[in-house]
Amino acid sequence: MKPSEQSIVTKNLTKKYGTFTAVDAISFDVRKGEIFGFLGANGAGKTTAMRMLTGLSKPSSGEATVAGFDVYRDAENIKKHIGYMSQKFSLYQDLKVKENIAFYGGIYGLRREALQAASDQLIHRLGLQGEVKTMVKDLPLGWKQKLAFSISIIHQPSIVFLDEPTGGVDPVTRRQFWNMIYEAADRGITIFVTTHYMDEAEYCNRVAIMVDGKIEALGQPSELKVRFETDTMDDVFYQLARKAKRGD
Amino acid sequence: MQQLIAFIKKEIYHIARDRKTLLVLIGMPIVQIALFGFALSNEVKNTKLYVIDQNKDEMSVRFIEEVQASQYFDVVGYGEDVGDVDRILRSGVSQISLVVPPSFSSDLRHVNQANLQLITDAINPNVAATINAYITAISRDFRNTEMGDLKLPYTINVETRMMYNPQLKGEFAFVPGVIAMILMIICVLMTSVSIVKEKELGNMEMLLVSPTSPAIVIISKAIPYFVLSLLIISIILLMSTTILQVPIRGNIFLLYGVSSIFIITSLTLGLLISTLTNSQEIAMLISLMGMLLPTIMFGGFMFPIESMPKALQIMSNIIPAKWFYYAINDIMIKGLGWSSVYREVLILLGFTLLYMGISLKKYEIRLS
Repeated sequence: MKPSEQSIVTKNLTKKYGTFTAVDAISFDVRKGEIFGFLGANGAGKTTAMRMLTGLSKPSSGEATVAGFDVYRDAENIKKHIGYMSQKFSLYQDLKVKENIAFYGGIYGLRREALQAASDQLIHRLGLQGEVKTMVKDLPLGWKQKLAFSISIIHQPSIVFLDEPTGGVDPVTRRQFWNMIYEAADRGITIFVTTHYMDEAEYCNRVAIMVDGKIEALGQPSELKVRFETDTMDDVFYQLARKAKRGD
Repeated sequence: MQQLIAFIKKEIYHIARDRKTLLVLIGMPIVQIALFGFALSNEVKNTKLYVIDQNKDEMSVRFIEEVQASQYFDVVGYGEDVGDVDRILRSGVSQISLVVPPSFSSDLRHVNQANLQLITDAINPNVAATINAYITAISRDFRNTEMGDLKLPYTINVETRMMYNPQLKGEFAFVPGVIAMILMIICVLMTSVSIVKEKELGNMEMLLVSPTSPAIVIISKAIPYFVLSLLIISIILLMSTTILQVPIRGNIFLLYGVSSIFIITSLTLGLLISTLTNSQEIAMLISLMGMLLPTIMFGGFMFPIESMPKALQIMSNIIPAKWFYYAINDIMIKGLGWSSVYREVLILLGFTLLYMGISLKKYEIRLS
């Protein structure tokens, strides 16, 4: 595989806090346009790994490039080429839909015309034409999440990191949300997603399962199910996660 | 630049849409100025005075006219017998009796010293002391006008308030105090809560992942509050010059300049608090208990620092508001210039750098 076709490359990426090793020498590649699921129990090190890849925290050792940029030297360039959305993040409640779009467009440096075009397209795609002047706090949770996802890719990043994006959302909305993820992947955006829901793991092209800071399994969901001799990702995850020594 | 504009717009929306908070921020100084100016003033006006003139000559009558002419006293009755005083006080006709002894004029003429007796209802000792001070001031003026040409030894009064506030106007002392207090609330409390709110809601992560530099996040938070603070200072100054008739003796630009520096000091303090905690409640608590309370106590405008125990006097030095209060007092009330406030300004700048340094340090630790 040519390196240019890889969105994320890590090699022995490690993060230590004192004597505690939160992330222990993880190595994996994510291809362009791939939907890569990152699974693990609470405290397994998913969030720490994601923070290193998004430039929020410096690795202790190991190597990693994101969108072709080195996480040590080029964190600023990485930030320009990635999008980010977390479960906690649900836009600014006291800003209108349009104002939220304008704000995030603005901080990603979209010029007036580009912002206008991107904003119109986004509103059209979500069918929010009637709601542009609605305060975000008055939108249903599902819409907020879809809006948040659309805003996180408004600047056409090459990778988008989704940190448990569907927490607290009903199954129908989750399904719609995943349709949006597929659309984004079809447009060539790499999706790096952490989740607790094992049915969502099935939607991913490949998944990595983290246990106690290490990647214990990596592959297509179908492959993993064969390897662990089971029918569900749930079971795969359970077999691995119960070996964990670390708690929350 | 574009990012900064997007950010500032967002902050203005936040502030403008939180109507209740905005109303409190603008309403509070107005209410405080009105309260301090009219109701809570320790100045005593139109005190009912009962005069017992046992001297009854031209000079004593002139003196009593002088007292009557001041806005502090209304003479409500005249008597001759000191024995009446008790009855008058009890009846509530007046709270204070002024006794001019028979030898008043001759003593003043011949030995340059005369005694007056004030009999006051000292249930409120502060009022009694204030009245005492008024009468003392009036009698000193009187002596100076009556006997001025004789070059008499002059008793030096060391109370600075008398020097710069000859009419003993109480409004003077608290206007800079209210400004300091309001700036503490807006800049420290509002800024820290607003930054911590971003952290609490998880938006800070989002902002840190974006190409925006943290400096822009902070500056864009600071600018709207900076402008709001200047606006509120203007309201306070306008109110105090028009309604309370407290003059601004010094240079208005210097006044705004020093205020701007104090605003920046407070903003960095708010920033520092926001790096210490992730919860809005705790940020609020630190700002109120840790900052606002010492500002009121040690700011010098409620309780004179000079009369505090030595340990507390030393402690008061670490309260930025104290230095701001000194500087503003010098400019506004005493009409002094840059040369007399540069020390305070330097100290405030020192605080600003200190707070900024600690905040940056904390921020770096968070990142690594």
